[in-house]
Amino acid sequence: MDAEAIFRELQKRHPKWTLAVDAAAIDPWIEVAPEGILDACRTLRDEPGLVFDMLHCISGVDYLAAADRKDAGSGPRVEVLYHLSSMIHRHRIVLRVRLPRWKDDVPGELPELASVSGVWRTADWHEREVYDLVGVRFLGHPDPRRILCPDDWQGHPLRKDYEVPDEYHGIRVK
Amino acid sequence: MVMERISAELVECDVHTDELLINMGPQHPSTHGVLRLVLRTDGELILDVIPHIGYLHRSAEKLGESLAARQWLPYTDRLDYLASMNMNLGWSLVVEKLLGLEVTPRAACVRVMVAELNRIASHLVAAGCYGLDLGSFTPYMYAFREREKILDLFEAACGARLTYSYIVPGGVTADLPNGWLDRCAAFLDQFDPTIDDLHAVLTSNDIFIRRTAGVGVLDMKTAIDYGCTGPVLRGSGVDWDLRRDGEPWYARMYEGYAFDVIAPVHGHYRNEAAYPAAPRAAVVGDCWHRFFVRMIEVVQSMAIIRQAMDRYRGTDASMGQPIKATQKLPRGEAYLETEAPKGQMGFMVIGNDTKTPHRVRARSSCFCNLSVAPELCRGGLVADVPAVIGSLDLVLGEIDR
Repeated sequence: MDAEAIFRELQKRHPKWTLAVDAAAIDPWIEVAPEGILDACRTLRDEPGLVFDMLHCISGVDYLAAADRKDAGSGPRVEVLYHLSSMIHRHRIVLRVRLPRWKDDVPGELPELASVSGVWRTADWHEREVYDLVGVRFLGHPDPRRILCPDDWQGHPLRKDYEVPDEYHGIRVK
Repeated sequence: MVMERISAELVECDVHTDELLINMGPQHPSTHGVLRLVLRTDGELILDVIPHIGYLHRSAEKLGESLAARQWLPYTDRLDYLASMNMNLGWSLVVEKLLGLEVTPRAACVRVMVAELNRIASHLVAAGCYGLDLGSFTPYMYAFREREKILDLFEAACGARLTYSYIVPGGVTADLPNGWLDRCAAFLDQFDPTIDDLHAVLTSNDIFIRRTAGVGVLDMKTAIDYGCTGPVLRGSGVDWDLRRDGEPWYARMYEGYAFDVIAPVHGHYRNEAAYPAAPRAAVVGDCWHRFFVRMIEVVQSMAIIRQAMDRYRGTDASMGQPIKATQKLPRGEAYLETEAPKGQMGFMVIGNDTKTPHRVRARSSCFCNLSVAPELCRGGLVADVPAVIGSLDLVLGEIDR
């Protein structure tokens, strides 16, 4: 199935959550509303015509300035990308979710998104990594700890406005 | 006297003790780097394993945002440092995918040769160290002796023995030196029979079989659910290899090469009469099969290299032009996974019309393969933990990035 067909399948079931498709991109993607990510993922995994059985990667991308991407009308934001594929049908797709950089635009309050670790177990560690490095809180995650940085690390290093702390427990960092 | 393997059920019936937390690592020799596992045990039984990673975190992705695509290449060497060629290849291909850049047939041939040689080297380390984890020292020496010769070949090709930066976006840094193909062919001819030595000291060794067969069984569904790839996935009987099944940007490099994907589909390997038979105690998806898949993949890689050498001789001398550090990356996102020795290694690059990418992402195969370890260890014995961890063939440089 190509991206357009996957988009139509998804839109049939979740017309409210399925927002856009770009089948001409290098890696075709579908944009899903943050509220609908869990439903969309369940459909993608379970629908007989889709069967996305493997989640390859979850990546968080921080866009601080609107100029960071040409097609973006939405200004500063954090995007979460899900790279999925189906071994049975041999098709692949990228899911894109756009979140505000901060929840309710209060700096320091992390944006929230439903965890899909119940759909694919791969998501467990990948979501921990996105939380750790990009700063997205995954609701319903079974073990929402940092994974690469120490538990008491401050900030989320892959944010574009992240500032490296001067020291960590007396160790010079800068 | 024949000692029967003590099964976990027997130990459980025997005696219950207080739960005890045991810290394994980060300096434990069988953790293959600085991995820390917290074991929750009841006597000899493992109730749970909690992996703690990040000890080798070097902010590779963050560094990628302030370096040009060509400049970040040496950082990929240091992800899976036992298969740097394959890491270079993954990053080069994804940058080429974003740029729409083609490489010449000769450069593609060289890439196939060095990538497969590095796969052999990586699998040799996996096999040798696995023996070491389970208390046998000889296979380690056998494996490293042969790996050393592959490193000599790499040194002749690019000057480095571990961190090559040889495959670059746009091609490779230089054509192979004169006489390299003959040296490579001589190595393959000499290496071929030594695989039987490894089979003798590991694959069909009774102690080794008792430590690995039926231990840490990973079923197909769980493997896919956890995103396990490479020999770990194939060891569970899934016939899946990106060299054959991957995206065209990667798989076309292997087009026209005859090789088998090694997996015990329904319990049987293709052409299995040519290899030592699976022991009776082995179950598809256990540590023994994960190890065995790597051993046979070495043979397949040798076949690919021999074909690539023939093909190389038929190509013209054009090597293409590697991109410069001043190369601008167009706006757009590209993601590509390649079949690295340890699994599917994915890279993503987001271009921004500047020299430096907006975002670099490395999807580590070992990261996913390690995440399944608690499932495999639970209910087993403490002594099975090194057997399971070793069978996953982890490199922490890639997990922690």
